[in-house]
Amino acid sequence: MLESVIIPLLYLASAVCFILGLKQLSHPRTAPKGNATAAAGMLLAVVGTLLKAEIIDFQYIIIGLVAGGAIGAIAAKRVEMTSMPQLVALFNGFGGLSSLLVATSEVYAGKTLGTFTLSTVSLSILIGSITFSGSLVAFAKLQGIMRGMPLVFRGARLFNGFLILSVILLTVYTILNPAELFTYILWIIALSLISGYYFVVPIGGADMPVVISLLNSFSGIAAASTGFVIANDALIISGALVGASGIILTNIMCKGMNRTLWNVLFVGIEDSGDKSGAVTGPQQTAKSYEPEDTVVLFENAKQVVIVPGYGMAVAQAQHMVHELQKTLEAKGATVKYAIHPVAGRMPGHMNVLLAEANVSYDKLYDLDDINPDFEETDIALVIGANDVVNPAARHDTSSPIFGMPILDVDKAQTVFVLKRSMNPGYAGIENELFFNENTIMIFGDAKETVGRLTAELK
Amino acid sequence: MNAQLLVEIYVLVLAVFVGFEVIAKVPPTLHTPLMSGSNAISGITIVGALIAAGSGGTEISTILGTVAIAAATINVVGGFMVTQRMLKMFKR
Repeated sequence: MLESVIIPLLYLASAVCFILGLKQLSHPRTAPKGNATAAAGMLLAVVGTLLKAEIIDFQYIIIGLVAGGAIGAIAAKRVEMTSMPQLVALFNGFGGLSSLLVATSEVYAGKTLGTFTLSTVSLSILIGSITFSGSLVAFAKLQGIMRGMPLVFRGARLFNGFLILSVILLTVYTILNPAELFTYILWIIALSLISGYYFVVPIGGADMPVVISLLNSFSGIAAASTGFVIANDALIISGALVGASGIILTNIMCKGMNRTLWNVLFVGIEDSGDKSGAVTGPQQTAKSYEPEDTVVLFENAKQVVIVPGYGMAVAQAQHMVHELQKTLEAKGATVKYAIHPVAGRMPGHMNVLLAEANVSYDKLYDLDDINPDFEETDIALVIGANDVVNPAARHDTSSPIFGMPILDVDKAQTVFVLKRSMNPGYAGIENELFFNENTIMIFGDAKETVGRLTAELK
Repeated sequence: MNAQLLVEIYVLVLAVFVGFEVIAKVPPTLHTPLMSGSNAISGITIVGALIAAGSGGTEISTILGTVAIAAATINVVGGFMVTQRMLKMFKR
């Protein structure tokens, strides 16, 4: 009764919780409830599993649960909101690691494994490993331990294809020669881990939102594959749900850059030495003001649109930006935020930072909603964003970002660009916006600049 | 192909469709929480890890299972907690 009815029903209830939870997570008002519902689903799945008759030894289970629970809880409580992309990558990696280990432990369980099970073991190891080592690389890049710019040796991607092919061939060989399983399984694990490393290493910082959501999807696919290994429907259903949601996000991120997933993963931004094109040249100079010089313009502005980018996260300027918003509103101006889908390093990065600074999400506008507004905007204030406001994407067919949907800040009366220096952003693309007649650069730390501006306005 | 496997494939395919259907329209504000929440759900491998660690198998598979439990629990507990923390900040 317990094994044949109650436990399967608990798994079903847990799957229902996950589906409802995800549904609620996609609406702002119900989202907190959705998260709680999904967590309850996880609890049901764990309880159902612990009721199984085959679970006879609780000692190691308790050790694992206590250790993992403590580490997870401390990390979740302590992390700064600006470090959220790293943390999400890291948690995701642990999910992959777990799938990898569960599949491996099946090999060492002392049972004879059939062709199908061996194939799924190998698939779980491959995807679990890519999720694990790939997420660690993403973490290292986001944390600044590893350089964010594309690091590639010639043929790195070809080499990776070769690694994955080797894993497949080794799997076939192992199926044909089960006696050598224990030697080859170690090779399969090692090659899979290396392949995860080379999968993420060549991808640049600005493409991180795509990679993070793709790895998220992989962690689900790994779980689903492990579900086939141990013949467990709970894993298959939940893994498939996560895999699907990750693919949706990946797709949204790719659309935000007008690039295909293939292009992001296997091509990258063209690495040509001369990408300045005919538009920009050394004769062009950008105007630069001190923050105090801009006060008159802000005093008279009726509509100000703030465009945050990764630079705002780096400078931790979100609280100051909210101060500026309140000051401008007190003077009667309308303040809106324009959020590009791939601003920052993970999907929704800017939204989380601004929420942390208590900015109401009603003031945050998507690309399509805000673009028609720029023509009636007095000031567009670009804070640490670069490629997502480069007008070259609209007309310069030679630009590597040509065709990417951008925020039309150049149509505003005046554009202020807050930037550390004139250095070009990711992949060294010159931004013609900086040289426009109506653009004024304000160099320096974004937090300090916004602070000085706010103080002057008060 | 045995009947059980066939049912598993049915379940997989249908769950993928449910996944696409349920999350098709997410506002950008919720991209991060949705990602970290679904990330926590991918810690469902904890189910497999519990079986590996607790079913009195070989020493190696017990050890692998225990580490797998710890890794999955970090994913689950950390993922749900951090999502909750983020969602609390979202205000109109």
